[in-house]
Parts: sequence; structure tokens; C-alpha cells
Amino acid sequence: MSAHHPAAPVGGKLFNTATLVCGVLVAAMIAVLFVRFIFGLGAVTNLNDGYPWGIWVVVDVVIGSAFACGGFAVAMLVYIFNRGHYHPLVRPALLASLFGYTLAGVGVLFDLGRWWNFWHILWPGYANPNSVMFEVAVCISAYIIVMWIEFSPVFLEQWGLKVQKQKLEKVLFFFIALGTLLPMMHQSSLGTLLVVMGPQVNPLWQTPIVPLLYLLSAITIGYGIVLFESCVAASAYRREIEMHLLQPMSRIMLGVLAVYLAVRVGDLLVRGALDHAFAPSLEAFFFWLEMGCFVAPFAIAGTPGARRNPARLFLAGVAIMMGGILLRINGFLIGYDTGLGVDHGWNYFPSIAEILVTLGMFALEVLAYIIITRRFPVLPREEVAH
Amino acid sequence: MTTRRDFLRGCLAGGTAVATAVLPEAACARDTLQRPPEGLGLLYDATLCVGCQACVAACKQTNENPAEFTAVDKLWDTPLDTSGHTFNLIKMYRHGTMETKDSELNGFSFMKTSCMHCADPSCVSACPVSAMIKDPVTGVVGYDADACIGCRYCVAACPFGIPKYQYDSPTGKIGKCELCRHRHQDGHYSACAEVCPTGATLFGRTEDLLAEAKRRLALKPGEWTTIPRGRLPKQGENAEEAAKWKGLVDQGYQAQVGNYLQHVYGETEYGGTQVLKLSAVNFQKAGQPDLPPKSSAATSETIQHTLYGGLIMPIAVLAGLTWVARRNVVPEAEEKKGDQP
Repeated sequence: MSAHHPAAPVGGKLFNTATLVCGVLVAAMIAVLFVRFIFGLGAVTNLNDGYPWGIWVVVDVVIGSAFACGGFAVAMLVYIFNRGHYHPLVRPALLASLFGYTLAGVGVLFDLGRWWNFWHILWPGYANPNSVMFEVAVCISAYIIVMWIEFSPVFLEQWGLKVQKQKLEKVLFFFIALGTLLPMMHQSSLGTLLVVMGPQVNPLWQTPIVPLLYLLSAITIGYGIVLFESCVAASAYRREIEMHLLQPMSRIMLGVLAVYLAVRVGDLLVRGALDHAFAPSLEAFFFWLEMGCFVAPFAIAGTPGARRNPARLFLAGVAIMMGGILLRINGFLIGYDTGLGVDHGWNYFPSIAEILVTLGMFALEVLAYIIITRRFPVLPREEVAH
Repeated sequence: MTTRRDFLRGCLAGGTAVATAVLPEAACARDTLQRPPEGLGLLYDATLCVGCQACVAACKQTNENPAEFTAVDKLWDTPLDTSGHTFNLIKMYRHGTMETKDSELNGFSFMKTSCMHCADPSCVSACPVSAMIKDPVTGVVGYDADACIGCRYCVAACPFGIPKYQYDSPTGKIGKCELCRHRHQDGHYSACAEVCPTGATLFGRTEDLLAEAKRRLALKPGEWTTIPRGRLPKQGENAEEAAKWKGLVDQGYQAQVGNYLQHVYGETEYGGTQVLKLSAVNFQKAGQPDLPPKSSAATSETIQHTLYGGLIMPIAVLAGLTWVARRNVVPEAEEKKGDQP
């Protein structure tokens, strides 16, 4: 049954409006980073001691890497749960993940105040295994390498290195297993980063089971992003949408999402933290916004009939992505208050320069995705000429 | 081929990490750390403080920090909060007409802001590169700029808002009070305590400082008592131990007992801190966070050790995943043959 559609390069021009816009955004990012590295973080960011982490950490790394969970979520489906028919989705999802993670890894350097010491985090003697961030750093570094190995058959195929490809494929199962374990570890730990901040984080987001919440949400975001990317790629390249795959996958996504919501609400009830959701506060407003985004997919694509509509699948994917964004922004920024209720007058809203860097990072991902899919065998070969 | 059994097997392997993540494992629980017995610290008594800021100036000088201007004329060092260049500050509580000192109603009070040198510091637990280290003997939480990567996780983690980053520099460091540990070997103790004219900031072993704090709380407000200044000698200190530190020992003077709240701030907060505080005004109103006796570092490390202790769980899950993946991953060459059964 699993007659895998072989992948093939999409072809076509590399220079077009989309790549031009991306190129301009990347250039703007480089300009901002130039100023940042010469004059320091304060010169371009609105960071302060009340909000030491801004969007370069929360969006570029914490959210960026969650958005890069498509590869992990689909690979888990195909290779661990043995749902081989999803195979055509693996390569494109893995490619997006590869860039998402690689750039998250690079993006961290922009935010590190003493970036030339970054290697200390992986160096015995400096490394502190008690630190949650140490765990995140080790796992993300390892995962980036594992993903390049997982994805390398694409390059070997294109360059005609058949022998090397066969050798690699014999041991690929181990890297696939590792590539499933590592994201589980660091996606959960990205949530655990909040725990040491203690009562500075609003009880709506401060819980000892935060690793489980971040892991479950990362998996649903992974499927959500595959829905999103498949729809966008199909429309941009004028290809058929793989509805026969997206439809059943969206059911699995809703299943994981239901588990997430049960754990999320159950935890709030057990800890008695739900009161905070009814306080007349910004935090409460954003909490309901977040919950709304996570519940919306059931309304949008809850019935089999609705799931036959690609537009609904796309919207469900977007809603899950929004929920994932909000869960992370709420925990790290909206629900974070270093004064513990004592007003220290700290405020944070990202500066234009900070936003330009974040946009530039995402533009770089899109640009690389376009170049690779047009020149390398990533997307499934189109059966019918368009 | 997809069978129900394969699916269940996958669920088993994939779900192990998730399932075990929520299982409480007593063996990995990391209790809140306690103060080392010889730990050094400060006792700040807000009722004795006159707000002269001599400690702020002395701290600037000894740590070679530049002045920070907030006024137009730029004549005086006027920081409004601690920062990457200001490690110690006396802040003020104000209410109404501000007529009475140490009164919550229509009064004012001072409060020292500097590192509390926690028994179980969040910054030490958070730091991924061991740039924040708690000395096992003195308990001083020290910072090593040469190790630091500038991630500012310590800034985010500290509930007292103490480690601060120098955003104005391309090579910015973290700035925080290190209890003048660089002066200890010369026999000098914390500059803030050294210069304090009223003994509002007192240096010593936390154990002795806690006893002194409790002595004051036991006295009747308005009563006259001897208030030590500078360094509080160790209980039963001998000449050899006393010779380690410079400065006059007997600097005590007679003062009236303040109208204290019956609470030594820092005795139990977050597992206890080595800097202790006394006040007549509610500590939260004076800007000190309300913290539970359990430290967040303990919660965080318990989660980490439960999941990753000895790498047992990751290796077990990896073994399960590898076993499943081995059966399910078919190299493309073989797969083509297998496609025609």
C-alpha cells in the first residue's frame, strides 16, 4: 500500500517577488544586527532588567522551534506509529524544521550578551547540568545535527551519490529515533525554563507540569504547521493539495489537541489557578485568547465534512499556531512580572529593530525553503502536469 | 504494513516519555538547599536607617562603578533602581503626608535593595555555564564574567530582581552585589556595612545576624539597647578569628528599639537568605517579594533530575524508539522490491 510518491524538484525561477521581498527583509536584519554587535543590545532593543528576554528569545527561539516541530511530528507518525502513507509529507516538513531549528540556533547568538563565550554551554567544566537552559542547548544542538543527517538523502539523491545514500539509509532508523527523542526533550524543557522564575510567572502559566504542556502543544503545532505549509506550498506552486493525507492527519492533530486541553484545564483546576482567569486583567484576557485559539480548531474542522474542505484545514492549522504563539508569549512575557505585583515600572514592547530581525529570520527560512524545494527533490512529484 | 499492533507499539514507545514525565519520583526530588553554617551576610534594619546613601556611594567606589544620572544637572549619582552599574540602593516607602518615620500610614521608611545571597539561589540553578556560583563555605553568590554567555536567564529567574545586565555595552556583563568578596582576603568586609553610620547595615555570619535580629524583635519598642555597627563578631569569637577582619570591633551605641513587625525577612523566604531584613513597614509595601519557603530552584531541578537523572529515561526511551523505528524504516531500495508482494 505504501507506494511512496518519489520526490522531485519543483523547478522554476529562483528570482521572483517572493524571493525579492524575503531578500530585502534579510538585508534589513543584517543592518540591524550590525548595529547590535557594534553598540550592544540596548542600542537596538527595548530589553530591560524587568524584561530581560524579548522577542528574539521568545519568538525566534521558543516559538520558532515549536513551529519547526512539523518534521518531528510527521516523522513520529510515519516511523514510530508506522503510518507509512504519510511519507510524502516527511521531506517538506523536515526541511521546514531543519531551517527553523538551524536559524533558532543562530538566532540565539544575536541575543547572547557575551556571545563569544557561547561554546561554554557545551563545555565540561563550564556546563551546568542543573540548568534547564543547558538541557535545551544540548538537545537543540544535537537535534540540528541529527536533522541534517535525516535530510541528507535529499542532497545525496540530487548529486547522484547512490552508494553513500544506501549506506546512510541502513542506519537512518537510529537517527530517526534520536530525531524523535531530542525534540521531545527540549520542547518540554523550553516550558520548564519558566519553573525557576517561580512566582514571577502568573499561576495561569506557572505549573510543575509545564514541560508536558509545551510538549503536547509542540506536537499539535507540528501538525498545524504541516497543514499550513502544505496549503501555502500547494497554492504558491499551483499544485494539488494532498487532501488524502491532510484530512486524516488533521484528525490526529485534533486528538492530540484534545489531550492537551484536558491536561491544561485539569491542571488549572487541580492547582486552583482558574480564579486568575476571571480577574479583570490583561493576563486573563490573553489567557482566554489563547484558550480560544486552541478550542477553535474543533469548531473549524471538528466534523469529517468540514475536514474535506482545505480552507477549513488551513484555518484550523493557523488557529493552532496562534494558540501556540500565545501560550509561549503569555508565559514568558504577558504573564511575567518581576515585581511580584510590586510596581517597578518595567514595560516591554519590541522595538522596530527587534521586529525587523525577527521578520528577517522568518524571511530567511522562507527564502531557503523556496530555493531548496525548487532545486532539490523535496516535494512529492506531481502526477499530472499543470 | 500498518497494523493495529504496530500502532500500539508506537504509542507505547512514544508515550513513555510523556507518561513518566508526570510520575513523581521521590528518589530524584531535590530539596530546598539550606544556608551553609559559616555563611556570611548582612542584617538590614530599616528602623535604624536614616537614608544617607553612604552605603550606595561606598558600594559604587569599591566596585568601581560609574555614576548614573537621572537628574538634569548630572552632578550627583542618582540611580532609581539597581542596575548593571549599581549593585546597592536604598529605596523609600512613602505614604500620604510622610510625617512619621517607619509608619505605614502618613509615613515613610527605607529599604535596602541588594543581593540577598539566597540559600538556594535561582540564578545559580538557572545559569547554564556556571558563571553564577554559590561559595560552599561563605555562601556568597559570586559572578564570573569570563564564563558568562550573557543569556540573562539569571536576570529573569531572580525573584528579587538582582542580577542586572549592562545593555549599554557591546560586551555587557551582569552586575550584582558579591558581598565585597574581593575585599575579604585583605580583611575588609562589605563596604556598605563598613560605612553605615547607624549600624542599619551590619555584616557578619548569618547565624549570628539572625540571633541579633531575634534579640531586637524580643525587646519592647522604645526601650534603649546597644546596637552594634560595622561587623557583628561571631558568637564566642576568639582573638585569632577577630584578627581576620580589619576595623574596630566595639562600635556599638545606645539606640531606641524600633516598632518592628515580628518577622525576620529572609529567615525562611525561598529556603532562607543570607541577607536578613527588619522593618516596621510591611515588607511587600516596602518592595520585598512575598515568597514561599520552598525555592523555585528546587522545583526546577526536581523536574530536570526526574526526567534526565543519569540519562536513564532518555536512554530507555531512545532504545524503545530505535527498536520501533528499526522495524518501520524501510530503506528505499528494499522497499521497491517489497512493494510487489
